[in-house]
Amino acid sequence: MQKIIEVSQLTFGYSGTPVLENLNFTIFSGDCVGLIGANGAGKSTLLKLLLGEVPFSYGKIEIFGEHVKSFRQWWKVGYVPQNSITLGGNFPATAEEVVMGSLSRQIRRWCFFQKEHKERVREALEMVGMQECAQQLIGTLSGGQRQRVMLARVLVNRPEILLLDEPASGIDDRSTHSFYRLLEKLNREEGITILMITHDLREAAEHFSRVLCLEEGSVMELDPSQLADELRHRHKHPCRHCHLIEHAPDCDLLTEDGVME
Amino acid sequence: MIYFLQYPFMQRAVLVGILLAIIIPCVGIIIVLKRLSLMGDTLSHTSLAGVAMGLLLGWEPTLCAVLYCVAAALSIEWIRRMFPQYEDISLAIMMSLGIGLAGVLSGYVRSVGSFNDYLFGSIVAISDLDVYLVIGITVAVVLTFFLLYRELFVISFDEKGARLAGISVGRINFIFTILTAVTVAVAARTVGALIVSSMLVIPVACAMQFGKSYKQTVFFSIFFAFCFMITGLLLSFNIHDLKPGGAIVLIGVVVLLMIFAVKSLMRRFR
Repeated sequence: MQKIIEVSQLTFGYSGTPVLENLNFTIFSGDCVGLIGANGAGKSTLLKLLLGEVPFSYGKIEIFGEHVKSFRQWWKVGYVPQNSITLGGNFPATAEEVVMGSLSRQIRRWCFFQKEHKERVREALEMVGMQECAQQLIGTLSGGQRQRVMLARVLVNRPEILLLDEPASGIDDRSTHSFYRLLEKLNREEGITILMITHDLREAAEHFSRVLCLEEGSVMELDPSQLADELRHRHKHPCRHCHLIEHAPDCDLLTEDGVME
Repeated sequence: MIYFLQYPFMQRAVLVGILLAIIIPCVGIIIVLKRLSLMGDTLSHTSLAGVAMGLLLGWEPTLCAVLYCVAAALSIEWIRRMFPQYEDISLAIMMSLGIGLAGVLSGYVRSVGSFNDYLFGSIVAISDLDVYLVIGITVAVVLTFFLLYRELFVISFDEKGARLAGISVGRINFIFTILTAVTVAVAARTVGALIVSSMLVIPVACAMQFGKSYKQTVFFSIFFAFCFMITGLLLSFNIHDLKPGGAIVLIGVVVLLMIFAVKSLMRRFR
């Protein structure tokens, strides 16, 4: 299986305070990985490192087999930031314009958008179920809808991996659940590899094929079905793997329709 | 009907007004969307320092203002990198420097009248050189705005996303900063240095009330700026001692308030 991201012996800290210590993990093509961890565990920092935004001196990060510092094919990586639903605000642009903006680099100077570009935008919006709202101003959409447009915005470039930083924060439970199902569908049907930061252990246990837990600077891999089991019966079986589970809110697993069991 | 165009100074003022009505909103919309509305204020105050220096040394004041503004804009970018996440600090520092310099230098300027022309704008003060400058800068701004239309849109929406989409954010921001500096410096001549920043913001604010897309908002901004500019110039031509800059901005503010009032009334009776 093709290695999409390979992190080896990565150590990083802010002004002398270690955040990540000797991190090792690999993301393979087709993986759907949930990255969990308490606040300040270094999840967002790890994502910044993967995106080449923060320089580091110890360890190695390879994206598509190339060192992150020299990697240039960023169109292969779709990134949905943490604050993406606040990005739209009152910005005077339609959902279609926002998605089309991502194609800027592919259109030659002095040229207008061609039919094929419009078709790609329509496809991306259709993929996230937002084709009906294409002509609506981004600021008039709900949080959940805006999140889907932000996803379409990266999907239009046909990325091979999606990096999502808590995309469900600020969205109600029902929209969150359908967003997770959409990600699952993209992973299964379109073959897009997914690495997503989430606080939601129950969703992580339910929707991801792999779960990585970042704790005290190091990363450990949890089995999603075991995580789901521990979340159900944590009072009977004290946590063995991850302190996060101890502090997880009372969590009944959601059914397919987003209803609490 | 267009009797005022018989006068050469009015021909110049109307031509310059129309050109500025095109370029000010092009720069203004990006400034507003990037939440850098204070940028206009900072640069216009710095342009005053340039004008004072020009008048003092006997050089062309508008050219000096352009040079000062470009230097200030580049310094803003430089200081900005020293305070990441607190970008407005750089604007405040440069604004203080601009006002300080303008204040000190203006004390030594003999022709106080010409300095005042720059503060609030003057129709009669527009020289042939100003007209040529505005024409040149309009061509540069319009070409760059359309050439970088998509990139500027994406950068103002989400700078990080723009970088990942393969856009050279640093280079485009640099070009845009220079364009803003030059636009503000030449616009300060007609509408006045103290008022130019309002002209960057008010037409865009009005357009945002109607625009159903980014493209529409750009066109509406130009439309509003054009209406404010021409009405202001005509009023100041007909009413003795009425400064065009003040008139233009006041018309803009009144129209914006009327739009707000009509919209809130419509919402109440819907």
